[in-house]
This record gives sequence, C-alpha cells and structure tokens, in this order.
Amino acid sequence: MKKRSVMLLSGAIMALAAAIAPGAASARDLTVVSWGGNYQDAQREIYFKPFAAQTGKPVLDEAWDGGIGILQAKIKAGNPNWDAVQVEAEELALGCNDGLFEEIDWDKLGGRDSFLDSAVSDCGVGAIVWSTAIAYDGDKLKEGPQSWADFWDTKKFPGKRALRKGPKYTLEFALLADGVPVKEVYDVLATPEGVDRAFRKLDELKPNLVWWEAGAQPLQLLASGEVAFTSVYNGRITGINRSEGKNFKIVWPGSIYAVDSWVILKGAENKDAAMDFIAFASKPENQSKLPQYIAYGLPVKAAAAAVTPELQADLPTAPANLEHALALDVDFWIDNAEALTQRFNAWLAR
Amino acid sequence: MSEVSFRQRVGALALVAPLALFIALFFVWPLVTVLKESVSDATVSHALPTMVDAAADWNRQSPPTAAMKAALVTDLRGIEDQQLFGDLVRRLNSAQAGFRTLLPKTRTAVDKSRETTAPEAVDLEEIDKRWSNPAYWQAIAGTLSPFTDQHLLAAVDLSRDGTGAIVALGADESANLTILLRTFWVSALVTLVCLAIGLPYAMLAAAMTGWRRQLLLGAVLLPLWTSLLVRTASWYILLQDNGLVNDALQSLGLTDAPLRLIFNRVGVVIAMAHILLPFMVLPIYSVLITIPKTLMPAAASLGAHPLLAFLRVLLPLSLRGVASGALLVFMAAIGYYITPALIGGAQDQMISSVIAFYATGSANWGMAAALGIVLLAATLLLYMVYGWLSSDKTARA
Repeated sequence: MKKRSVMLLSGAIMALAAAIAPGAASARDLTVVSWGGNYQDAQREIYFKPFAAQTGKPVLDEAWDGGIGILQAKIKAGNPNWDAVQVEAEELALGCNDGLFEEIDWDKLGGRDSFLDSAVSDCGVGAIVWSTAIAYDGDKLKEGPQSWADFWDTKKFPGKRALRKGPKYTLEFALLADGVPVKEVYDVLATPEGVDRAFRKLDELKPNLVWWEAGAQPLQLLASGEVAFTSVYNGRITGINRSEGKNFKIVWPGSIYAVDSWVILKGAENKDAAMDFIAFASKPENQSKLPQYIAYGLPVKAAAAAVTPELQADLPTAPANLEHALALDVDFWIDNAEALTQRFNAWLAR
Repeated sequence: MSEVSFRQRVGALALVAPLALFIALFFVWPLVTVLKESVSDATVSHALPTMVDAAADWNRQSPPTAAMKAALVTDLRGIEDQQLFGDLVRRLNSAQAGFRTLLPKTRTAVDKSRETTAPEAVDLEEIDKRWSNPAYWQAIAGTLSPFTDQHLLAAVDLSRDGTGAIVALGADESANLTILLRTFWVSALVTLVCLAIGLPYAMLAAAMTGWRRQLLLGAVLLPLWTSLLVRTASWYILLQDNGLVNDALQSLGLTDAPLRLIFNRVGVVIAMAHILLPFMVLPIYSVLITIPKTLMPAAASLGAHPLLAFLRVLLPLSLRGVASGALLVFMAAIGYYITPALIGGAQDQMISSVIAFYATGSANWGMAAALGIVLLAATLLLYMVYGWLSSDKTARA
C-alpha cells in the first residue's frame, strides 16, 4: 500500500515535471516579430521567405503592437521565444539602457556609415522611416482635411475620428490642432501648461473619438466608413490603395516621423541567425524592394537611392512630405511616457 | 487498528497529493508572488547600497547632504549589472519623471571620471542641473525602503505626499476607482442580461425532451467551443454602423440612421452577455432537471394560477442554480479584457485593461500586481457576501 502510494506520488511529480518543461532541448526556429497587417505581408515577401530559402531553415513570424513590458517579461523569464523584433524608437532607447538587447555587430551590416544617422545605435538597426499622419477616404470626401485643425473641425467634417490609443502622437496632434507651430510642439509640451492645453483641446473632440491599437485597425475603420478620418501609419495606406484599389489619401503636413529598428532580444536562442537575418534585410538590393509594397522610407542610404522617383514621392523621407512634418522627440517620451500615459488613461476613463 | 488508519490516511493523502501539488504550484504560489510583487520595492536599496545609510537621517526638506551626493556617485560607479541599472532607472522614473535621461547621463559622466575624481569631489550639478532640484533626491530617499505601500495606495487613487501623509490623487492623475466601479457595474449589467435570457431559456430546455432539448442545449454549448476572440470579432462585424444588425434594422424600416451599437456600453454588454450566457444557462438547467415534473401540475390542481405556481414553486426551487449561475457570470465578467477593448469605447474599459497596461506597456509589475490584489480582495468580499446571503437563506428555509 505504502509502496504504491509512493509510486503514485513520484509518478505524479514526474508527469507534472514533464508537463512543465515541454521539449526544453528541442531547437526553436528563428522567430522574427514585426507589426502585422499589410506591412508584415510585405516583409514576408521580401525578407522572411527569401531568407528562409537562402539558409534552408524555416523562419517563423509573429506580430505585436509594441510595449517594452512584453520584451522585459520575456527576457526576465529567461530563454525568450522571440529572436529579432522590430521596435519603436523609445523602446529601442529604453531596452538598450536596460540591457534587454544584444549588441549589434555593425561589421556584418556594412558599417555604421551606410545607414542614416538616426538609424544607428549600439543595440538596434534602423528598419524603416515611417510617419503617423491623417488619412481619409478620397472616394467619400472630395475636399479632404488639410491640417490637424481640420481633423478637429466636426462642423466642416462631420463623423467620428480615430487616433492611436496612448498619449504619444495624440498630445502632439492636439497642440498642432490648437495652432502651435510644428517647430514649437515639444517646447510647449515640456511645460505643465502645454500638457493642460493639449488635454483641453482633446476634450473638445473626445465625444467623436475612437481609439485604435493595432496598425491594421485604422484601415478597417476607414474602409467600413466607421470613421471619417483616422491617424494611420502612412505605409499601410499606400499598401491598401495598391492591393485593394482604395483611394485613401494621406495628409503630410503635421505628420510625425520616426525610425523603427530591428533588435535582438538578450539571450535569444537564435541570436546569430537573427543577426544574419537583420544583415539580409539591410542589404540594399533587398531593402530597396520594400517601397513597391508599402511606402516606408529606407534607412540604408544605398537602398534609398535605388528607389524609383515615382515611388519616392509617397515615402515619408521625400523632401516635399518632410517639409511640414515633425520628428518624434524620443527623449521627451522616454522621460514622460509613464506619467503622461497615466494621465491619459485617467482622462480616457472620465 | 491505528496502524491501519495511519496507512489509510497516507494512502488518501497520496491520492490527493497531485491535486494539492497542482493547487500549490498553479494557484497558491502565483498568488503569493503577486502579493509580494505588489509590496516589495527592493530595487533602489539593492542598487544603491551606500545611499541607504547616507540618506537615513536626511530630513527630506533641506538640500541633499554631501554624503548623499558622494554615496550616489559611489553606487553608480559600483553597478555592474546593466539590467539592475535598468530596473533602478525604471523604478526612479516612476517616482519622478526625468530619471530616464538623468541617471544614464550621470552614470556615464561619473564612470568617465572614475580614475581622476573621488566620489566626494564630483559636482553632480555640473553634470546635470536637475540634481539641484530636491524633488529628485526626495524620490530617491522615498524609494530606499525594501517594502512599499505605494502601489496598493495608487491602485485605489491614493498616494503619500513629500512628508509621508496619505492624500487622494487628483482626478487628472488617476482613475482606478472609477474604472473599478465601472467594472463591477458592467459585470452586474451583464449578469442581469444573462439572467433575463438564461432563466427562461433553461426552463424551456428543461421542459423539452428528446432532440428538442439536445438542440437547445447544443445551441448554448456550441459558442462555448468557439474561441472568445472569434466570438468578439463576430460581434464587431455584426454591430458596426454598416454591419448586419444595422442593415437589417434599416431595411425593415425600424430605424432611419444606423444605431450606435459599437464602441459604447451597449455593444460591450451585448457581446459579453452572449459570451457568458452558457455559464448562466447550464447551472440553472442542472438544478431544474432535478425538480420533479409533477410539482407544477400539482400546484395547478390545487387551484394556483400558472404565474403564481411559477413564483411560489418553480422559481424558489431553481434559485440555487440562479445564484451559482449569477456568481459564475459575474466573476468571469469582472476579469474581461479583450471584449471591452475591441467592442467598447474609451469609457468602457475595465480594470483588466489597466492591469494589462502596467504589465505589458510600462513594465511596472508592482502596480499591475497591486491592482490585481485590489480586484481579488473586492471579489472575495463579494463572494463572502454571497456566502452569507445563501447560508442565511438555507437557515431560514
């Protein structure tokens, strides 16, 4: 009896242990994480599939919507299940500070000089230059909005509007709508009065606002007619216009541009393969294909130079589009993201 | 005799041991960890060990002492582990915005002068003029204790001011209580809707026999086997302005313009009620089928109107199922996250979305844990009230 119960117990413990550590020894395929939607479809065509064909090993791709906490949780838990991840500028800076990312081997990438300055860091490699801008359906509105002031003008343009949920971009756009010149936005936002001013401006539009989180959502909202305007990642608009024959328009003045970067998670199982993948995606001949699918600027100088002029015109990096655009102030958001997000969430909840 | 009973006891224990182990591993241990996470605050004292002594007798009003400044330089030079430094920066920045850029800058500067300048001789204010602002020093001094009630207080919109007194946070700064109340309110609404649909449905199913009953039960069970996300996404498609529901209403001429059914409370309650309905129907049904079918005819033969017979006989007997169904639905509802996030507007987000923000967005696990604890405590309280009410009923009966 006793013997049997001991066997039962030890059997149960062994079964439990086996359930807890499933296949700890089996190797995981290289896992690349990007931002989903038609952007990731494009990356799959020109980066993931060709890289898998070249190395003869499968590449898994997953999508996320950002959040430094997700990366931190994966690394703190040990043995992260992602290898290469595309992150936003402040996630790159935060994670680099906190030791969440592997160091980049710039020799594999053709040296730092072959990239735009803003795309180079110790633990990240610029992947795209992208913009957040107003988009509207050109088939429904002949005379579209020209500025963020128009975005706020519900008399002239009735209907709901969508913005990305969170204080980043939202507060900048509110100040632009309130008449702050592009060059002074971050100076105003750095003062408590400026933050109050932005929230007061948001109050005006609050009943008409819908919030999105994933980059594919604004396209759906716009296509279904749920909203009249939305903020959007610029490349996806060009992407859906080409792939589904839509006539969505982008408003460049007052758009905010930033650089997204590839990073490798600290201690990732396939970190060498991930480095090779990033090098593959940074080769001019591979990267220069991206604008055919989706209109993002290219951080590799030789790749950007190889893009045809008609495709150039849609990129955030085109001089005409940059003229009244604003560069995201990464340092401002690194310091203030937590306090402002808390206030933003409290504002949303009221 | 005693030998046998001992062996029997061991045998019985061994039989439940896997279950006990499972509960300890997947229930007790995570709960204890979460509780610990919500009050533990050892990062700063761990990263800045000499600062703990240096700041011990600082009164937090006067300018920081020379010893504190030297201790900061010594400690910053002593941090080898980059992830520990990252934790330090994150913790201090959540107490006082600005440390994100201030600390790395200071660390680089004091590292550079490691060979040439003694800790006492470093002029911090020359590295960054923010060090002359006492708020930064107060933030460091305030985070040196290894335990904190800061997260738990913040979870219910309270905080400690510079002197340590507990004060309420302004409406601008925090809305956790509002969101917590809303969570309970939405859950109560969903429970009511589920009850209004679920009780008659369960009665119908219990009254039927054969394939009709199987069909009715299958209709409840089928959604249960479909992914939560799929069901939520389907409601998203059905409820939108140009969705099936609005198209149908307009083509029937019932409405002129589309009803706002999505991104508001109505949509959230509809979708959540649909998803949680099985948890109401099944417990009620399981109680109803145990009630003898002869009771209602018996009541009628004694002259009771069907409605009276329902109210005096069937309803009281089914109350046990109603109570457990309502409890199941309510408790499942207060933890909902994905449905309000997709179907709801900004004013319909529930407490889980706040927890998710702290856990995945800002990596502030202490705050996420504290909110989880508050939610758990509120739920346990409600459960106790339920237990007290139901035992009271049985006593009276």
